[in-house]
Amino acid sequence: MGSEHRVIVVGGGLAGLAASVRVAEAGLAVDLFSMVPVRRSHSVCAQGGINACNEVARQQGYSEYEHFDETIYGGDFLADQHPVLEMANWAPRIIDLLDRMGVPFNRTSEGYRDLRLFGGSLFKRTHFAGATTGQQLLYALDEQTRRYESEGKVTKYEFWEFLWPIVEGGRCVGIVAQDLRTMQIRAFRADAVVMATGGCGLVFGKSTNSVICTGAAAARCYQAGAWYGNPEMIQVHPTAIPGADKTRLMSESARGEGGRVWVPRKAGDKRRPKDIPESERFYFLEEKYPAYGNIVPRDIATREIFDICVNQGMGVWGENQVFLDLSHLPASTHHKLEGILEIYKKFAGEDPQHEPMRIFPSVHYSMGGMWTTFVKGSYNPAQARAKHKSGTAAPIGAEPGQGMLAGDPRNMVTNIPGLYAFGEVNFAYHGANRLGANALLSCLFDGLFCGLSVVNWVRNEAPSKAPAAKMAQGVFDAAVAREQAKAKRILDTVTGPGAVEAAVNPYAIGKELGDEMTAACTVVRSEARLKQCQSKLASLRERYAKLRLADSAGWTNQSFTYTRAVGDMLILAEAIALGALERRESRGAHYRTDFPERNDEKFMKSSVTKFDPASRTTRLEWQEIDASLILPTARTYGKKDVSAAGKPAAMAGAGV
Amino acid sequence: MTTAPSAANRAPAQTGRSILVRVLRCDGPGKPSRWEEFKVPVEKSANVISVLQYIAANPVTAQGQPTTPVVWDSGCLEEVCGACTMVINGKVRQSCSCLIDEYAPREGDVMTLEPMSKFPVIRDLWVDRSRMFHNLKRVKAWVPIDGTHNLGAGPREAPGNQEQRYVMSTCMACGCCLEACPQFTLEGDEKKWDEAFLGAHAINQARLFNAHETGKALARERLDQLAGPGGVNDCGNAQNCVKVCPKKIPLTESIAAMGRAVTVHGIKRFFGL
Ligand SMILES: Cc1cc2nc3c(=O)[nH]c(=O)nc-3n(C[C@H](O)[C@H](O)[C@H](O)COP(=O)(O)OP(=O)(O)OC[C@H]3O[C@@H](n4cnc5c(N)ncnc54)[C@H](O)[C@@H]3O)c2cc1C
Ligand code: SF4
Ligand code: SF4
Ligand code: FES
Repeated sequence: MGSEHRVIVVGGGLAGLAASVRVAEAGLAVDLFSMVPVRRSHSVCAQGGINACNEVARQQGYSEYEHFDETIYGGDFLADQHPVLEMANWAPRIIDLLDRMGVPFNRTSEGYRDLRLFGGSLFKRTHFAGATTGQQLLYALDEQTRRYESEGKVTKYEFWEFLWPIVEGGRCVGIVAQDLRTMQIRAFRADAVVMATGGCGLVFGKSTNSVICTGAAAARCYQAGAWYGNPEMIQVHPTAIPGADKTRLMSESARGEGGRVWVPRKAGDKRRPKDIPESERFYFLEEKYPAYGNIVPRDIATREIFDICVNQGMGVWGENQVFLDLSHLPASTHHKLEGILEIYKKFAGEDPQHEPMRIFPSVHYSMGGMWTTFVKGSYNPAQARAKHKSGTAAPIGAEPGQGMLAGDPRNMVTNIPGLYAFGEVNFAYHGANRLGANALLSCLFDGLFCGLSVVNWVRNEAPSKAPAAKMAQGVFDAAVAREQAKAKRILDTVTGPGAVEAAVNPYAIGKELGDEMTAACTVVRSEARLKQCQSKLASLRERYAKLRLADSAGWTNQSFTYTRAVGDMLILAEAIALGALERRESRGAHYRTDFPERNDEKFMKSSVTKFDPASRTTRLEWQEIDASLILPTARTYGKKDVSAAGKPAAMAGAGV
Repeated sequence: MTTAPSAANRAPAQTGRSILVRVLRCDGPGKPSRWEEFKVPVEKSANVISVLQYIAANPVTAQGQPTTPVVWDSGCLEEVCGACTMVINGKVRQSCSCLIDEYAPREGDVMTLEPMSKFPVIRDLWVDRSRMFHNLKRVKAWVPIDGTHNLGAGPREAPGNQEQRYVMSTCMACGCCLEACPQFTLEGDEKKWDEAFLGAHAINQARLFNAHETGKALARERLDQLAGPGGVNDCGNAQNCVKVCPKKIPLTESIAAMGRAVTVHGIKRFFGL
């Protein structure tokens, strides 16, 4: 056992592994839980890259401060600003560290790290390893974790599912978890618990996420009293390939490397793309956004594609799809994108080097998540807040250590002391829309920077006086008994093997949940549709209470595991729908047809949802945000009004 | 090659058809195996995953017998996590990238799904590949960095070297190369893993880390491991591994390179260098 203090990390994606490495390095024992072998975590899917200021961009006028500024602007001014500043400041150091860990970043001919362009920036500041950057980053962290594991500093519990946080004396002192093979349920003690369980794409049925991204772990913490922030902020990625089992992402790097989005100017044009001359192609993003073109942020690209297909009926071949064209790019560029081009070739059966891809938006990422707090660093410019101007030097005093106070135990902790949330599962950093290649950064930043906060909590605060290891057994036994009873309730519904009628079939309920959430809570939302969604969710909850399971096995019972998660997904869906309903404005990824404008006065605030266990209902409160550094401005990315007919119409919101 | 006909010259598949899926099932370690058949309607762009999802929601055999949902392992569904590997129509591959239109384009076509045979079965198509991760520890597949402190950039690297490392580093620990290898055999007893054959997967990882400026620091220890029992000399050079690797990693090159390095290392050792 070594130290009497232990830290639990739930989740072995980038955030969880970075946290494990950081905490183990500081000398605390780590127990690492994951539903899948950590090397197979969802982070492995990330394709395009990771952002950080770098020397080349710096010499062209870019800075960490501008990275910060872009992230705030990209997120439509909903993120608390100080933590984002700190993240941007740390980004170059994080890239350096990954480089030292052996990540095979693409290289220039001189052997420096190569860079690519990504959405929401006019500077090349995205580092990448082919088109499988997430895989390479995850492996590097996995390897460092394995090193600590072989030294006995990290203990892995793979194929274990987190079920519940154990809260006693006002702080988190452990978890209940289940072995997915033996189905054994047991308690684990810890002086701090880090949730790093990723996103919730499966609430929407098909998404670009992995099959484990149900959001169930976050939903359980939520039901145990942890707050959930900005649930309505769900990113729909503009470019994915629809499939029978999931949608597959075509990374933003395809556009960053020069890919162009277009449709035929004439609706219903049935010609092959190669037969359509340049003049009869509508490059709608380039025409509407001359400065950013195809690399406008995701929410904007998604709404434009949606508008072209759904409202204007101009989708390619009359279907909901547009071209993403890489066929004009040189072989060397295709080579850099090989990882994703292979995916398209494999799943769509056409070669994107010669044929434009056909893509459509899909649910991709959750900006919202477990509510967390932070402590500001010393940076607090005396001058009035101002919109930072592209290319000017960073204000003095904005260097690392100034955004968030390093090592403070309150950084990225939830409202339950000792329960932390890192990575995609928290709601910090990305506001109302995440910029491409900023997610991997926030995961690593949380793990490496806030890992120290966890260490300090354990060493200097409540756990140092009353370690979880010394607490009475009763609370742990009771928590296990509660989870066993929940499991029994589901398993008792098994009447025998075989098909279960749709009304009470957990798979059917899960599918209907996904269909409903995709229809009501993605690209466009409205009061009427959201209310309808709420009643649909209520009826799904009723059906869920009467569900029937087809498998009673006491060994590796996947249907049982899935069924339990569906119950938690229903709760999370409720929070998402409530946030979408109550936010009566449009901001970033959240677009309301009935309230198309942003309303800073009322809604430049975090929506914080809280679960009431007695009534089993969700409550929403508005919370002020820290917007003390950058003044909110209109977020237009220089949009112009153009129609498919060709000529740009009058400028709208020019110059802002 | 074990891959299906390439997607580009795929014959048009019948729409609205059903296929017969035969699954080799097993309730758990030490339990007997049995075949079950399922009739599955095929939707547009169906793959083995969507077929298994259908069976999970409708667990009734083709003969109308109620049964339990089939258990299998999966993650990314885009051939990058390695989880969903199984033996399909007798050949090992990822099930997520296995399109039904290519394998069973006609009404009533039959597909067989079996778990990999070189790893202990947990249940049905789900196997336990922890031995692969154990083998990564044996070859110390990591760069021994000083710590996470801010110590500046890593070593500069020529693009050629990066390309070589990148390809090796795309290995997703799927196990195809081990399933196909005649020298790699099922070993349920963890205590014997340290002496058993490492397989192409781990040998390739040893080469990957020996090719990194800082990773080289552990090169001798890796070569010691590769020279010992279960090391590179156990390879019979059957070359099956390289043919089935979905990431097209040049495994035989890696094995040959490590074989040479082990020889040189042995000579140096002999002369006390
Ligand atoms: C296709 C795709 C491409 C992307 N490309 C990029 C990109 O180029 N750049 C970028 O910055 N971002 C990208 N993103 C986003 C980014 O990949 C994710 O936000 C990020 O990887 C999330 O990492 P994480 O560590 O928070 O969680 P994950 O990697 O999702 O890991 C979650 C972990 O939690 C575990 N877990 C979950 N539930 C439980 C439970 N109940 N019990 C135990 N363990 C549990 C899982 O096993 C897993 O280990 C992409 C996302 C997708 C879907
Ligand atoms: S070449 Fe060696 S490792 Fe590859 S299949 Fe043959 S025996 Fe196995
Ligand atoms: S080397 Fe290839 S076949 Fe072997 S585990 Fe890695 S990816 Fe799979
Ligand atoms: S599910 Fe990840 S490789 Fe198939």
